[in-house]
Amino acid sequence: MHELSIALSIVDGALEEAARHGAGQVQAVHLRLGRLSGIDKEALLFSYAIASENTPLAKSRLVIEEVDVVILCPSCRAERSVSSFPLLCCSECGSPGERVVRGNELEITALEVAA
Amino acid sequence: MSEPRMVEVRRKIMKENDLNARALRERFARAGVRVISLVSSPGAGKTTLLEHLLSRLHPNYRVAALVGDLATENDAARLARSGAPVRQITTGTVCHLDASMVERTLGDWRLDEFDLLFIENVGNLVCPASFDLGEDLRLVLVSTPEGEDKPLKYPTIFNTADVAIITKLDLAVATGVDLQALKRNIECVRPGICIQEVSARTGEGMQALHQLVVSGCKPKVLNAAP
Repeated sequence: MHELSIALSIVDGALEEAARHGAGQVQAVHLRLGRLSGIDKEALLFSYAIASENTPLAKSRLVIEEVDVVILCPSCRAERSVSSFPLLCCSECGSPGERVVRGNELEITALEVAA
Repeated sequence: MSEPRMVEVRRKIMKENDLNARALRERFARAGVRVISLVSSPGAGKTTLLEHLLSRLHPNYRVAALVGDLATENDAARLARSGAPVRQITTGTVCHLDASMVERTLGDWRLDEFDLLFIENVGNLVCPASFDLGEDLRLVLVSTPEGEDKPLKYPTIFNTADVAIITKLDLAVATGVDLQALKRNIECVRPGICIQEVSARTGEGMQALHQLVVSGCKPKVLNAAP
């Protein structure tokens, strides 16, 4: 259960970005979360509500877009989805992937601010 | 009321621990010390493996170790018999080591006086996966009695490791573990990982592990860290 510390980092990061872009009231923070990041979505949402309390982000929403795992398949020589997560094997041919292309994301992609 | 507007940003979230770990990694590099961590479930044989490694390495290399547990200094006492400097980290109720604990425990040690520093994590296959300790190489241990599907049940920890070590090879027959399936399962959750099989009791595979620790088994694939 380390989602709270991550939620605190998200709040800090979002506030910095809001200031940098001269954004006013932030209504929502959009986040990309890879399925390999090891972070639980529900726990993160719960933690965000606590982490944002008493900050300008209090009452803002955290909108999470989960990112599926994509591997580079050495047999197909192509980027492929995985057959059955958490197995990182090619969905087409079953070969173990050569490396992970997507799925480790943890990044803020957008802020929704009052017009 | 007008529609909210979207401000596009692209900002990676670094956990506080990632920042601490990055600082540690830079410090280790400056001191020229190679840092190797061990993670596994409790009882997979981290301390026994480390006892053997320290005893083998201590005469020829300047080695030191940090060892984490919730309580007791038992493991530090076991490892100190090798003659290498050892410090225990007792975490109380915390189920993993983090970079700040490592930094604190290093204390007054002069890292440039070491060639190799080992960090034995708390026995736990879940939480240590999320905490970078600034190490150069992370070894994940799985013992033959744990069964061949351990990597499938705890994929994240295997995915963060650079080398997988199958321990207690001398018990493989007694436990009936399917070693081929175990290796395949490890490769499925961590493509390209280097796998070593050892028995600290019989010494099988220990020479190869020694070589790997000293020279560095360059993983065939670099881990795509979060």
